[in-house]
Amino acid sequence: MNTDTQYLHQVAESDYEHGWSTDIASDTIPKGLNEEVIRLISAKKQDPDWMLESRLRAFRHWETLASDTDKYPRWAHLDHPEINFQDISYYSAPGSKPRYESLDEVDPELLQTFEALGIPLEEQKVLAGVAVDAVVDSVSVTTTFKEELAKLGIIFCSFTEAIENHGDLVRKYMGSVVPHTDNFYAALNAAVFSDGSFCYIPPGVRCPMELSTYFRINQAGTGQFERTLIVAEEGSYVSYLEGCTAPRRDENQLHAAVVEIIAHKDAEVKYSTIQNWYPGNAEGKGGVFNFVTKRGICEGTGSKISWTQLETGSAITWKYPSVILKGDHSIGEFYSVAFTKGRQQADTGTKMLHLGRNTSSTIISKGISAGQSNNSYRGLVRINKRAENARNFAQCDSMLLGDRCGAHTFPYLEIHNPTAQVEHEATTSKVGEDQMFYCQQRGISEQDAIKLLVSGFCQEILTKLPMEFAVEARKLLAIELEGSVG
Amino acid sequence: MTPILEIRGLQASVEDMPILKGVDLSVNPGEVHAIMGPNGSGKSTLASILAGREDYEIDGGTVHYRGDDLLEMDVDERAREGVFLAFQYPVELPGVSMMNFLKQAVNSVREHRGQEPLGAAALLRLAKEKAALIELNPRLKQRSVNQGFSGGEKKRNEIFQLAMLEPAMAILDETDSGLDIDALRSVAHGVNQLRNPDRGFLIITHYQRLLNYIVPDFVHVMVDGQIVQSAGKELALELEKRGYDWVYDHISA
Repeated sequence: MNTDTQYLHQVAESDYEHGWSTDIASDTIPKGLNEEVIRLISAKKQDPDWMLESRLRAFRHWETLASDTDKYPRWAHLDHPEINFQDISYYSAPGSKPRYESLDEVDPELLQTFEALGIPLEEQKVLAGVAVDAVVDSVSVTTTFKEELAKLGIIFCSFTEAIENHGDLVRKYMGSVVPHTDNFYAALNAAVFSDGSFCYIPPGVRCPMELSTYFRINQAGTGQFERTLIVAEEGSYVSYLEGCTAPRRDENQLHAAVVEIIAHKDAEVKYSTIQNWYPGNAEGKGGVFNFVTKRGICEGTGSKISWTQLETGSAITWKYPSVILKGDHSIGEFYSVAFTKGRQQADTGTKMLHLGRNTSSTIISKGISAGQSNNSYRGLVRINKRAENARNFAQCDSMLLGDRCGAHTFPYLEIHNPTAQVEHEATTSKVGEDQMFYCQQRGISEQDAIKLLVSGFCQEILTKLPMEFAVEARKLLAIELEGSVG
Repeated sequence: MTPILEIRGLQASVEDMPILKGVDLSVNPGEVHAIMGPNGSGKSTLASILAGREDYEIDGGTVHYRGDDLLEMDVDERAREGVFLAFQYPVELPGVSMMNFLKQAVNSVREHRGQEPLGAAALLRLAKEKAALIELNPRLKQRSVNQGFSGGEKKRNEIFQLAMLEPAMAILDETDSGLDIDALRSVAHGVNQLRNPDRGFLIITHYQRLLNYIVPDFVHVMVDGQIVQSAGKELALELEKRGYDWVYDHISA
């Protein structure tokens, strides 16, 4: 075995850096899923009646799917054991108090966890100008900057608070982009979701700061079912960041989130994600199963939704951030870097559904596979009959590190209007020996050369991330490639 | 005086096919050596082996670099020690910016020499100075390494990196191939700027014309994996006039 291969193996088998768990008292309900559990979650959340009804409708629909094994989604290029949905606890809250008024009330150990993750809230308040709605397990612990945002009429709060204080908005928009009937995991989420984030930007307001949420799964054997709802009114703008790390666990953890975005006339929403959940150990044991439904609708003319993601974690990633281009002249974008190593499996991509006239979409996907991992791009571009002059450009590049991993591309095109212009490009490359040799001949070590080449491969995408997030993303990629245990 | 590079009886093969059949060569500080020879004579193989490419089997002989066993060193170690190869086909590195690449390379070498790493500003200053010296279009520094560069720009970029890294031993592998006369002149001008009493050059070329602009101290003719003739710069002109057939006749005589 030459040294390149050895290094690649080392990278592929390196351990997860953010693997620890916080030892805090928590309020977890017994495992299992039935109508009683839904009612219990709803009671714990102090849901209004309409919310309970909505959960029960979703649950009854999910039951019909779960009772018929043919209705479980199996089309993805993923291989995982049957998930026993009765063997999961569907609610867990840190501590006994559901909410905190100030940081002083927050469990100090929890705050330390945030600091280890690099988000010291106190400093962040002052320095970064980022409002952080930190979600540990299922309940929002603290929300900052709320007052400043409130002056502009911006609502940024936990989903629970939104249900309580902005019930009309939640009722109007929740499920309008991803209905509970959409898919198996969307139904499950609509039934059992415990918290999440809500964001509302009033007409004409440009949100002056990046809105950021840290999600973190923290209870053995509990799933996390987040819901995010973002509404951007006419002419508004918001950039939303979602970053994730999770502590090491030996059991598989199920995560099934739903994100919905509504962009009205001339509104723009930029949604960026760094996903770094526990991927399992080198043999493929443990790790998060990440089944996420993310979708936005460009409701109004001239609206724009942009998804940017860096996916490095989870044992399994099943995720297709999509855009429904309903408004004329609306724009959808999807920029993705997915890095898999060890035994990780990722099946990710997007759907761009062109309904309006002169709509355009761009897809740039970069997949990097190492170890024995599998990395698939799956994307649908559909141009509907009415969508005159729609344009789409898709580019899917895959990079292989080593010879035991896989990269796959599954592009789907459905064109129902002859005026459409659709371009698709796909490449697969191995990290070239020539490129490695060239770097090393200039004195650059093997590790640094791989980092340099991989970050070069992702450069196009990383520059789409907001600045501070891009720095974090680069660091994360470097750590993932490093192979060293921190 | 210890030679910078001392090759003794070097034999190497690819998949059991012998390419180098006993090469001897010494380069002293300040000397410029040219190796000429027909296609397939093993010139570029020699350059690759000196730089540390793994595609070859070393079957015999030794290579010493400033007294140390060069063949024992890793590729990046050789580079940090001061062995530089200007590639015949410079590789494109998409998305890797020139400045980022140079920063990593220069600071790897500096660290090895026990020097402080250069910060962004100092590096930019140095790059500007060296780019001017070898007449590299400063615009190219903004791009990804070698991406979208013309043939001439790629070769000039190799010489630019040579200037940045300041190696003790510079090996130029057919740097003149594929260049028009203007590009050739400019590359040669760059190399001449970089000649100094401490640095050795090994210039591998098929044609004599490069040697009109970079005047060597020694010319060696390589045929079928061996150096068959060595002399001063006049040998290059002799070869140009008579062609490689003359060498073949010369050997068999």
